[in-house]
Amino acid sequence: MSDPPRRVVFGLGNPARGDDGAGRLVACLLRDAVPDGVAVIEQDGDAASLVPMLHADDAVWLVDACCSGASAGAIRRLNCAAGETPPSAATQSSHGLGVAEAIALARALGSLPRRCVLFAIEGADFTAGASASPAVQAAAQEVAARIAAELSSL
Amino acid sequence: MARRTINVDYLARVEGEGGVKLVIEGNTLRSVELRIFEPPRFFEAFLRGRSYLEAPDITARICGICPVAYQMSSVHAMEDALGIEITPPIRELRRLLYCGEWIESHALHMFMLHAPDFLGYDGAVEMAKDHPDVVRQALELKKTGNDILNLLGGREIHPVNVRVGGFYRAPACREFSALREALQRGRDASLAAVKLVSGFEFPDCERDYEFVCLGKAGEYPFNAGRVVSNKGLDIPQQQYDANFEEYHVKRSNALHSRHIGSGAYVTGPLARYSLNYDALSPLAKQAAQEAGLGTTCNNPFRSIVVRAVELLYAFDEAIRIIDAYQEPDRPYEEAPTRAGTGYSCTEAPRGMLYHRYRLDSDGTILDAKIVPPTSQNQPSIEEDLRVFAAGWLDQPDDRLRHLCEQAVRNYDPCISCATHFLTLDVERV
Repeated sequence: MSDPPRRVVFGLGNPARGDDGAGRLVACLLRDAVPDGVAVIEQDGDAASLVPMLHADDAVWLVDACCSGASAGAIRRLNCAAGETPPSAATQSSHGLGVAEAIALARALGSLPRRCVLFAIEGADFTAGASASPAVQAAAQEVAARIAAELSSL
Repeated sequence: MARRTINVDYLARVEGEGGVKLVIEGNTLRSVELRIFEPPRFFEAFLRGRSYLEAPDITARICGICPVAYQMSSVHAMEDALGIEITPPIRELRRLLYCGEWIESHALHMFMLHAPDFLGYDGAVEMAKDHPDVVRQALELKKTGNDILNLLGGREIHPVNVRVGGFYRAPACREFSALREALQRGRDASLAAVKLVSGFEFPDCERDYEFVCLGKAGEYPFNAGRVVSNKGLDIPQQQYDANFEEYHVKRSNALHSRHIGSGAYVTGPLARYSLNYDALSPLAKQAAQEAGLGTTCNNPFRSIVVRAVELLYAFDEAIRIIDAYQEPDRPYEEAPTRAGTGYSCTEAPRGMLYHRYRLDSDGTILDAKIVPPTSQNQPSIEEDLRVFAAGWLDQPDDRLRHLCEQAVRNYDPCISCATHFLTLDVERV
């Protein structure tokens, strides 16, 4: 018997690497603020672990840090269920199967959630042991508010 | 005379950053270089001045794929230095934890990184479109490995429950019930995996390697045994430094390693299988025979089949351990600190991992030496490329580049571990 459809927010990244923890910040902000029945999951973003957690009937918001050359804290919203796809890393290593590969794999496997939104927050400082920069912390607040609004409008 | 340079600037589907360069003059292969440009990581220096108790948690950070190996080699070396004898239940729990890591690592490498080479895809994502069941199965298998690490190690990457002398907490028998069901499914799936990968087409490439691994412990090796080879080596782990030496080559940020007096050698699945076939479980032996492996394997391209057999063995062994498990009276053993030196080799998924620590009387680490399996395999990877690529020179550059990358992936190299590694350049002149 398959699991019932779920609403899940995934905060992705490494909180011990400065702005890489942007997704985890959003998860912390939403954990006590989401409606009943919404799961908030923190995860490192490894595709091999993330893909089995995605199901076609779910509604899913993914939040991750990105590095595109935009200014720190810039926010991009991608509708992955509609076909938008984040750019993949240049190579695929056993450590490099990230969120872009997770979305591509889930799509190939037919398990990409029917509603799948990715918020990408531009990071600037990925120093080991550092906290997220003020610009990314502010962006995390805004993304948390936008996800809360999208959840309440469902 | 025409000169061709084949560059793989950045090797894909390996762990870490490295490349390969071939220089070809006419019909002659002039040079082969495996270049590792992942920055050095200085872990041995980080360990100096730290407590012996911190070694398993610090060294686990060297790798997200094989943290258990680092933890196992470090705790056994510390126990060697301090004269700590671990109890049989702790020994079994350590084998179970290692089963989890082999399952995670082998499933990931076999299906997501190596299988695309044989099935003709650029990577796992492209392969998933035509072979979704294979990819789903791989993810399920890996998840079961993660579950073992979660249960025994406290989390699936960089476990936190491993301690010198044992574990901070030993699980109760009842905690294994859900895991056992997943392991049974995994065992069935890995049996099917052996059949699947044994049907791939393999280049006819064999070499007379010196295989080095742990052995003679009466069990398929994880964390016990003597250091043995198929060329007569048979030493206790404490004599590793007297028989192996590391050396620097300019093209690599990872030290190379050689067997003193004989040179390059191979560690990892081919070595373990060829020297410990008799210690495999009956089911794993039967699967290996049905896959056409024989009792030794000298074709590195068939390493994917050997890994599948080891994957099956890891599931079989994990079930055996859980069924026989009895909770220990104490989760760990202790002993007073003392000055001394400890040595250990254990079997990481990709090969033998050596640790040596010199301790002060209060247990402070004065000196550390870590020799990861990829450092040990680098010279053999280059020799494979030199021997095999010489027969592939009539191939177009793209095909040659692919074959060379595949020859590297045979070893499942872990470059992050070894820098303490891939991009392919082919230069035809």
